[in-house]
This record gives sequence, C-alpha cells and structure tokens, in this order.
Amino acid sequence: MSPILQGIITIVLGVGGCVTYFYASNLILDKVIFPPKGSDPGRNINRANAVRPWLFLFPAIFALGLYLAYPVVGSAWRSLFDRDGAQFIGLGNYEKLAADPTFRQAVFNNFLWVLVVPAAATFFGLMAAQLTDRIKWGNIAKSLIFMPMAISFVGASLIWKFVYANNPQIGLINAIRDYFQLQPIDPLQIPFWNNFFLMVILVWIQTGFAMVILSAALRGIPEETIEAAVLDGANPFQLFFKIKVPQIMPTIVVVWTTITILVLKVFDIVYATTGGNFGTQILPSYMMQYMFRDDGRATAVAFVIMIIVLPVMIWNIIQARKETR
Amino acid sequence: MADLKLENVAKSYGEVQVLKDIDLDIKAGELIVFVGPSGCGKSTLLRMIAGLEKITGGTLEIDGVRMNDVPPANRGIAMVFQSYALYPHMTVRDNMAFALKIAKMPQAEIDAAVEKAARMLQLEPYLDRLPKALSGGQRQRVAIGRAIVRDPKVYLFDEPLSNLDAALRVATRIEIAQLKEAMPERTMIYVTHDQVEAMTLASRIVVLANKGIAQVGTPLELYEKPQNEFVAQFIGSPSMNLFPGEVVETGATTVVKLDRGGVARSSVPTQPADKGLKVNIGVRPEDFVPAEGVEPIYTGRVDIVEALGEVTLLYFEAEGERDPIIAKLPGIHHDRRHSEIGLTADPSKVHLFANGQSLLYR
Repeated sequence: MSPILQGIITIVLGVGGCVTYFYASNLILDKVIFPPKGSDPGRNINRANAVRPWLFLFPAIFALGLYLAYPVVGSAWRSLFDRDGAQFIGLGNYEKLAADPTFRQAVFNNFLWVLVVPAAATFFGLMAAQLTDRIKWGNIAKSLIFMPMAISFVGASLIWKFVYANNPQIGLINAIRDYFQLQPIDPLQIPFWNNFFLMVILVWIQTGFAMVILSAALRGIPEETIEAAVLDGANPFQLFFKIKVPQIMPTIVVVWTTITILVLKVFDIVYATTGGNFGTQILPSYMMQYMFRDDGRATAVAFVIMIIVLPVMIWNIIQARKETR
Repeated sequence: MADLKLENVAKSYGEVQVLKDIDLDIKAGELIVFVGPSGCGKSTLLRMIAGLEKITGGTLEIDGVRMNDVPPANRGIAMVFQSYALYPHMTVRDNMAFALKIAKMPQAEIDAAVEKAARMLQLEPYLDRLPKALSGGQRQRVAIGRAIVRDPKVYLFDEPLSNLDAALRVATRIEIAQLKEAMPERTMIYVTHDQVEAMTLASRIVVLANKGIAQVGTPLELYEKPQNEFVAQFIGSPSMNLFPGEVVETGATTVVKLDRGGVARSSVPTQPADKGLKVNIGVRPEDFVPAEGVEPIYTGRVDIVEALGEVTLLYFEAEGERDPIIAKLPGIHHDRRHSEIGLTADPSKVHLFANGQSLLYR
C-alpha cells in the first residue's frame, strides 16, 4: 500500500473514530442512561449535563494517562530492578550512579549547561529582539537568527563540528588560527572549556526562539509608557532596562524556564559531537550510553532528570499562567 | 513662568500635511485648551510641543529659547497622557519618583517632592500600591502627580479625562481647575474634544480645523463673537443654526432677507456697498424666542420635542437642510409638537457670515 493511501486511511479512521466516539457516547448518555423522561425528566437532563464534560475529557485523560502517567510510574518501578529486569535491587541503581564519577561529571556539566545556555540564549534573544526592531533590515536579520530553529540538533551539531574541525581546510576556528600562523587545535578536546563550545551550538539554536517570543512581548508594551519615560528623561539604556525589560519580565521568565527544560533533555548535541568523551558527558547522553545495555540504570538516570526538571516545570507553568491572566 | 511661542509651525508625514501655519503666543500662567474635531491634529500639535513628534516646519520657542531640536526631557515640560501611561511594574511612589531618580536628585528631595504631590492629590494612602490596584480616577491622579513632582514650566494634558466615567470626569475636571489655581504661574496646555472641559477650564481656547487655527480667544469670545462659521457651529451645543440670505438694508443694524422667507435684523454693522451681499445669518438655538408681533426669522413645524426640564429643545422639519433647525426655549413646551411656530432673536444675537467669515471681524 502506498504511504499516501496509508496516511489518508489513518486520517479518515482517526477523525471518523473521534466523531463516532463523541456522537455515540453523547447519544447513549442522552437516550439510554439519563433519558429526559420518566418521573423527573429535568433531573435526568441535569445529571446528563453533569456527566457530559467527562465524555469530552476522557480521551485526553486516557491518552495522557497511558503515555505520561503510566511511563512515569513504570520507569520509577523499573529503575528498582537490575539490568534485565529480573531481580529487584531496591535503590541499587541509584547507589551505583552516585558512586560513578562519570555520572557526577554529567551532573556537574548539566548544571553548567542549565546555568549558561538559558541565560545566554535569553540574553542574546532579548538583544536581537530589541536591536532588530530598530533597523530597516531587521526582519531579514530576524529570519536569519531564527533559521537555526529549523535545523535538527544533530544537523546543527554536524555544522558546528565543521566549524570546530581540527583542520584549517575545514574548520573555521583553525582557518582563522592558521591565518595568524598558529597551530591547529581541536576545541572539542580542550578539557572543561569544550563544554562551552558545545553549549554554543544550543545557544545558536535557541536564540531565535527567545528572540521571536521576546520581540512580540516588546511590541506589546504600551507605547505611552515609553513616551512617558522619554519625557521623564530616560536615556535609551534606562528605557530598555528600567521600563521595557521589567514590563516583559514574565515573558522572559517563561522563555528562560522553557529553554532550561529543553537543556535538561538535549542529548543529541553531545552524542553527535563528542559522544560524551573528553569530559563532556551530560545526563541525557549518559542515559543513552546505558540504554539497551543496562535498562535499570538508564531508567534511574531518566528518573533523576525528571526530578531535576520538575521544579523548573512547575515554576514555568505558574509564570505562564500569571502572564495569560 | 514660561511663555510659549509657535511660529509658522507645520507638520507633515511625508507628503501628507497635517498642520500648517500655526502661529500662537501663549503667555505664562495661561491654561490653553486645544479643541477641534477628531483628526484635526490637536494631539499632534501637543506632541510636537512635548517633543514626541518632530516639528517639520516653523519654530517652537519656550521662554525665548528655540526648542525644535531640544530633547523632550530638557524642554521643561511634563505631560499627562490619555491612557495615564503609568509604569505598571512600579509602585505609585516609584512612578512619581522616576523622573527625579533619572535626574539624580538626592533621595531626601525626591521623597519630599513625592510626599508633597501625594498630599496635594490625596494619594498618600496609595503610595506603595501598584497601578493595577488603583481605580481609573486614582491612576489619573498618579499621572498628574508624576507631572507635578517634576515641577515643569509647562504642563501638557492630552485628553486626560476621556477614559473616566461621567461623574469622575466632572470631579477630576474640578481638581484640574483647582490645581491650576494652586499654581497660577504655571502654563498649561490641554487637549480635549469635550466642549464643556474647554469652556470651563480654558483661559483661552484654540480651535483647530483644516490643518490650521480657526480662532483663538477666551471661551466667551468664541461663543459670542465667532470669527467664522466653523467656530460658530463648533462651540455651543446644540450648534448654531445658519440661514442663507441677502443683505437688503445696511447701517448700524443690518437687515437680511432670508432665502426661505423671513427677515433677520442683526446689530452687526454693514457698509452701503454691502447691499445685495450673499450672507449666512447665524442664530444659536438658545437665542431664539417665539416671534410675537414681529416678522419671524424662521417659521416651521415642530418635528421633535426634547423636554429637558429647565429647557425644551424643538427640532424643526427641515426640507433640504443639512442639519435640522433647533430652538432651545426655557421652560417646558412639550405640547408644541407638530404646531407651527415663528421664531425671532434679538439683533445683538444674530451673527452674519459672508464666505464663511464673520462680518464682525473684517
């Protein structure tokens, strides 16, 4: 069967299934379970209306339960077993993790990523948003800055691998060094700092995201408050940092936390560039290393990541709600 | 303490001219009101004085100093915006102190200035609140307070009351009048489209129309001696009735024979050469009186009666007229509907216009 036909059948079945579900379930509710007749039809109508929202909520709750809640509980349970899941070992996997220097290195590196990447991406995004609003070719600049968003993490990593390549014929960095008659180096093998060279890739990708959101927020600031500040004598810097930025603070926080959550999940960049070698391991790539080899340990890592993400996530949701209110 | 002088001021956006030939002398301590129909450029003119819009022609002087290219903050002005424009992330106190902090004033002086303004505007209990926790009237007072603490030479108000409800508008209008009284030496410029605000607040009104100034004068000058038909119809509510006619007798009292029948006498003097001149006579609705024993200016059937209690508005069936003819008679006359009435007016209340311009000013 051709893929197009398959796709069409899937769409028809999916949409048709949804329509059938909502129609049939409502029909059953109204005609069979609480029919508007008998001794007290009004009460039946009220009861049917009290149940109805749940008919609509059920598919979403069911899907989320199946694909989110169950895996969380399942992972937590699985992480208490050994590599092939045969033997219950309690917190053994976690003890092993704590004792593993690579894991500790990954946690440390992850904290570096969380500190640097969201801050840098938000900062550059904010600058780009403000500056591109004021120049004629701002929209072109914006498109260029946004474009990396459309590249997959692996693709972006490969592009930057070329930039960092240990060969003046390929690598941009070494081409510049070569111009100044310096020996070629491999930036990805410089201990500690190579972490930052990898972070650059994610910052490069995420700056566009931050810029787009913050640019919209900047435009939403009432023009009069800016004019009032101009009359009050604020210079462009004061205008930006004392009037504009505070007014879009909720959006900045949402962008920041969104990128933070993303940072805690990205493994592709490390995987595609250094493979976690040279002291660049982070938690997601560390998890990938153990996947299929020691599932118990890998799920334990996954659980650790989730526990780290959770507070950021909650903070993010609270902020986003505050903003929409 | 500040005189403003606008000379030949013009504004255009690219090809589009929105204001031209604006000449205006504002004396220190005046409260000038800009009025005009929407889109006449009154807010633009105010923003040009503030420095928020570039002046594309002519000069603006404050106290004899050319201000065209002086940054807004250095012009010695403060502006109150229609939308208040409070900084939403700052408390009332910080909102008012912002300009002084930017100017690096000592903290003690800032506190004193803010406290003083807050006392004047009864904002003391709210100093530590954010703007969103204030009512519309309180926000407007904060906006005014923000202007006061800077102690500017010139206050600019851009339709400050139009976001308030009717009752609050009256109260705030009176507050602004009191504010002006408390600072008699400060110059204020006030933009509004509300005639009542203009008439009650202004020491002089500037009527803007057709990209320029239609007339400048005290409220009563504009009401009693409008320079042209536009001002005559713009000031006063309901607006002045106009009737076309021809001058038949000249002298200290001019007699005009009206095209639709009827005769009007006006105490606007005319020359013998004016005989036969095509004119419009203007009579305000409130100047009409029922014609008894004299030839009426206008005779018509009452179409609609609006009894407001202290006065009654009579709308006459107007054939081929743009606007209905309106008479405002004291007392209650709701029994006049569909009856035929002749109306006349005292000659001193009958205005004469030729080609749109008042004959009083030639």
